[in-house]
Amino acid sequence: MSSPIHDPFTSPLPNAEIEIKTTTCYMCACRCGIRVHLRNGEVRYIDGNPDHPLNNGVICAKGSSGIMKQYSPARLTKPLRRKEGTERGAGDFEEVSWEETFSILTERLGKLRATDPKKFALFTGRDQMQALTGLFARQFGTPNYAAHGGFCSVNLAAGMIYTIGGSFWEFGGPDLERSKLFIMIGTAEDHHSNPMKIALSKFKREGGRFISINPVRTGYSAIADEWVPIRPGTDGALMLALIHEIIALGLYDREFLVRYTNSGQLVNLDDKHDEFGMFVRTEVAKEEGCYDPQNKLWWDRNTNKAVITHSEGADPYLLGEFALPDGTAVKPAFQLLQERVQDYTPEWAEQITGISAETIRRLAHEMGITARDQKIELPIAWTDSWGKEHDTVTGNPVSFHAMRGLAAHSNGFHSIRALSILMTLLGTIDRPGGFRHKPPFPRPIPPCARTPNDPRAVQPNSPLDGMALGWPSDPDDLFVNADGSPVRIDKAFSWEYPLSVHGLMHNVITNAWRGDPYKIDTLLLFMANMAWNSSMNTSAVRKMLVDKEESGEYKIPFIVVCDAFHSETTAFADLILPDTTYLERHDVMSMLDRPISEFDGPVDAVRIPVVPPTGECKPFQEVLIELGTRLKLPAFVNKEGQRKYRDYPDFIVNWETAPGSGIGFLSGWRGKGGEKSIRGEPNPNQWEMYAKNNCVHHYELPRSYQFMRNWNKGYLEWSQRSGITRYAEPILIHLYSEVLQKFRLAAQGKSITRQPPAHLAKRIETYFDPLPFYYEPLETQTSDKQKYPLSALTQRPMAMYHSWDSQNAWLRQIHAHNYLYVNARTAKGAGIADGDWIWVESQWGKVRCMARHSESLEPGTVWTWNAIGKAAGAWNLSPDANESQQGFLLNHVISEELPPQTDGKRFSNSDPITGQAAWYDVRVRIYKAEAGEPEQTSPQFEPMKKYPGMSDRPSWLNYLGGSKKKGGAK
Amino acid sequence: MTQLALVIDLNVCVGCHACVTSCKEWNTSGSAGPLFDERPYDANPTGTFFNRVQTFEMGKYPNSETLHFPKSCLHCEDPPCVPVCPTGASYKRKEDGIVLVDYDKCIGCKYCSWACPYGAREFDEKQKVMKKCTLCVDRIYDQSLAEIDRKPACVKACPTSARLFGDIHDPESEVSLAIREDGGYALMPEWGTHPANHYLPRRKTKLKIHKDELERADNPLKVDGQLPKPGKGDSSMDDVSAW
Repeated sequence: MSSPIHDPFTSPLPNAEIEIKTTTCYMCACRCGIRVHLRNGEVRYIDGNPDHPLNNGVICAKGSSGIMKQYSPARLTKPLRRKEGTERGAGDFEEVSWEETFSILTERLGKLRATDPKKFALFTGRDQMQALTGLFARQFGTPNYAAHGGFCSVNLAAGMIYTIGGSFWEFGGPDLERSKLFIMIGTAEDHHSNPMKIALSKFKREGGRFISINPVRTGYSAIADEWVPIRPGTDGALMLALIHEIIALGLYDREFLVRYTNSGQLVNLDDKHDEFGMFVRTEVAKEEGCYDPQNKLWWDRNTNKAVITHSEGADPYLLGEFALPDGTAVKPAFQLLQERVQDYTPEWAEQITGISAETIRRLAHEMGITARDQKIELPIAWTDSWGKEHDTVTGNPVSFHAMRGLAAHSNGFHSIRALSILMTLLGTIDRPGGFRHKPPFPRPIPPCARTPNDPRAVQPNSPLDGMALGWPSDPDDLFVNADGSPVRIDKAFSWEYPLSVHGLMHNVITNAWRGDPYKIDTLLLFMANMAWNSSMNTSAVRKMLVDKEESGEYKIPFIVVCDAFHSETTAFADLILPDTTYLERHDVMSMLDRPISEFDGPVDAVRIPVVPPTGECKPFQEVLIELGTRLKLPAFVNKEGQRKYRDYPDFIVNWETAPGSGIGFLSGWRGKGGEKSIRGEPNPNQWEMYAKNNCVHHYELPRSYQFMRNWNKGYLEWSQRSGITRYAEPILIHLYSEVLQKFRLAAQGKSITRQPPAHLAKRIETYFDPLPFYYEPLETQTSDKQKYPLSALTQRPMAMYHSWDSQNAWLRQIHAHNYLYVNARTAKGAGIADGDWIWVESQWGKVRCMARHSESLEPGTVWTWNAIGKAAGAWNLSPDANESQQGFLLNHVISEELPPQTDGKRFSNSDPITGQAAWYDVRVRIYKAEAGEPEQTSPQFEPMKKYPGMSDRPSWLNYLGGSKKKGGAK
Repeated sequence: MTQLALVIDLNVCVGCHACVTSCKEWNTSGSAGPLFDERPYDANPTGTFFNRVQTFEMGKYPNSETLHFPKSCLHCEDPPCVPVCPTGASYKRKEDGIVLVDYDKCIGCKYCSWACPYGAREFDEKQKVMKKCTLCVDRIYDQSLAEIDRKPACVKACPTSARLFGDIHDPESEVSLAIREDGGYALMPEWGTHPANHYLPRRKTKLKIHKDELERADNPLKVDGQLPKPGKGDSSMDDVSAW
């Protein structure tokens, strides 16, 4: 055989100019460290940065496809204005200069700021820029700001933070390095992507046992040692039954509960008393600035009387009933928990969840026995908040992960409280092998940030007197008018959704259209596809966006959309701001935003541009700083009203939370010479230092500060000195939630705080229970369960991140359209064959799509991928692309509101405590499409037009990075 | 004699497709590229990929399993694609056993893709030649890369480290160890191709609970004066006797 002619080794462009730059990926919210390899200034390939603590060199399908995002024909490259005389939604745009764009915005927003700042609403789809977008909104003076959390997983954040002072993902997670038993429940197949994949693989190889509880078995669940199918929305019932069994058998960690939670604290049970259901408090010398005084009581087993908690030598009863010297009946919180779960037996839960009582018992036994018998002892000395020195850190190696499968239900908050309590009973909080916080968590319960509580906080030409988003601790923290009505357009922090800590982005458009609570003028949407996959009731929302008053003016007068791509939402803009891609800009992944810390210490990261901006694209951060400067918002201009910051990088280096505080967006390389971490003077070379260090700063805490941080004296004091938290008191776990009880007392007319309007009293009294309870989701309660017997869910796949990759030529070869997955037996029972066209219908609407049989699916559930189905012509895909012809959007069958109350008013289709969008509560039925119906999804929409500044889509690609020709038309 | 190969651990593969697109991006701009995409923004997009992942379901609910299965050229020790090639374009390297296509000799007759029982070879519609996994031969020997990077793109990318790379003829190599200790198997051995790539099967970790582990001397309920009691509905002598 002769030797080969084609050389398999040499690069096709041997004399090309090569450059390697590090930055941070943004193909999803995981934010891995990447290296971008450039050839002749073009991206040749992207790989994981081996020196980055988050991903250690790995990269996923999305990250590897960044090239096709960067060079996509869906890019918007020029600011655009809706052509005068054309209809919004028709997609008739003309180019406009940035100068003109800024003029338009400055004039309009300036007028609003000078008259009624509330009329400007800024809502962003992605949270990881919240520190800046939130700052801008606050400086502008509008309360109408939030990011996507309300329609994503706020229940997970709130349910856990109000219980343990931390939560999953960005705030904490399972310590799989030391865990022996890992339970993943209600988690999408790829959440939270690479760090979970890395950890899960090591965990399995090191002998760990992985159980996945999910209606669907895809993604991670494929490698679970056991899959436990569960009916959607019933996870709370499972959790409560597990708690029942753990308590009944004594499988809880008593020592942990006594010292580190409020389990032993005595609750006032005199139902005539105004403090009924609150902890009994005693007089203690209150320290200056104390957040959570140590003034509660235990009933001491040793002396058989009430003593202050944590008294030397005292050990509380966790069970029993007692009477105080003044006759007040009291019980320890744990006793109330035991009573609460008395009837939540595994047999009871079996009826609801579809999981056999035997399995539920066995799961409880596995968790309890593993936690108890496989204890870890790390030789790490630490001191707790009460001065006791410990020689070791103990771990009970049972860990969990949960996400939107639990959260996106109207009963999610309580389900997640129940999960948090289960994790606490097992003694796994901030311990090896269990759950570990990631700085800046743990935080006090609740965290100190507060919104204003008075409409007078909104004043013309003034910053908002408070944060736009916060953590209410009692009814007096609500952001309501004197009559109890909401101040915010999304009704967040009102009596309707009191603990709506991430806002309710899913109701903004509906509320603004209806003028309830009031009309706004300008809606600015950033990186949010509200006219498609990020809205419920999408068809109706699209109509609301173009609906007009009798006068002919649009009900939402002015809409500005900032996006890098030709999304469905851009068609509804009056003004489009072309954003850069992640490869073209500076970005900050700050501890003030959604952090990317590790268990062992704070981490933050940056993006630096690796290629120049395309066309006239401008990073949204630069737009905000320019706008803030022109509007003369105090944070962006000096005393003379002159521009304070040259640009976004300059802003990041020099902005501090208060002059001289030393706390800024980035915690690394602070101090004049970059010698300080966490806190220090601005360093003019900070960006360069990040760039030299893989764009990441990782501060490792001393070992003695890495565990038990809720009660770790050294850690809490370090956190206070560093300005991470304001208080250094121990953060006792709220097994029993007084915050919720305060709202209940208000609803019962017993409190000295504000009280709700009469028509909301019952709702608050019902749901604000200091202990979790199970109730059927609200939407389900109002559905005809016979007519609509199935639950419908969505999840995002491994290879697409919501609508972010709709423009990607490579990733769409993995997912170009979606099916509705149906359990094979369920499908056959409905006469539906694999691949048949069917209708999926709820009480709200119906969608035509294709069915796919599945065996890895609980029979009462149907599901599909979210955001794979797209509107015709969107993302510069051809109007006959699979995404719009065979792909479908389930959102059309989901309503953003519950059916009307007796007074005609409608609540959001959300959790009544947090306003979390209850995506997965919807009930549906399926049936075969009629013969003769078109083999096309329904509804269909008028194909979107291309805009000026967009390139033509090539009909073929032959990508060779750095070469001249890469694709073309036939 | 060296035989380089991949070992793919199905026990940890979660079907993320990192191997699919990291391969695509590396090779399209490399010596094995470019890799064509047809109708990239139109209906029914298709393109040349060296590695694909399929997901299968096995069994019937509730006893179903989901399996993610990546597949690329298995660099057979006795590759059927080589002898059938009329031009000698399809060849197996003596030094490391990698099977390659010489694009300059290939006439695109597709005979090799008929002979390959694994469907590993794709016809590139633009260049009109056969293309397939090269085990990143242009990376693994490239001294200008750091040693840690001298491995196939897919191996470097895989977030679960499901892809191992090495010499299956070296008994001490990571791949040989995995095959030996974790039951590594060949795909469709009945074809006699002796594929160099192997797969590691799925293994379940179980936990046995003994009933008496649920009873303990240090049961915390005792501390508060309560022990587990039988339920009122449970059976007792009262149900069957009458003294």
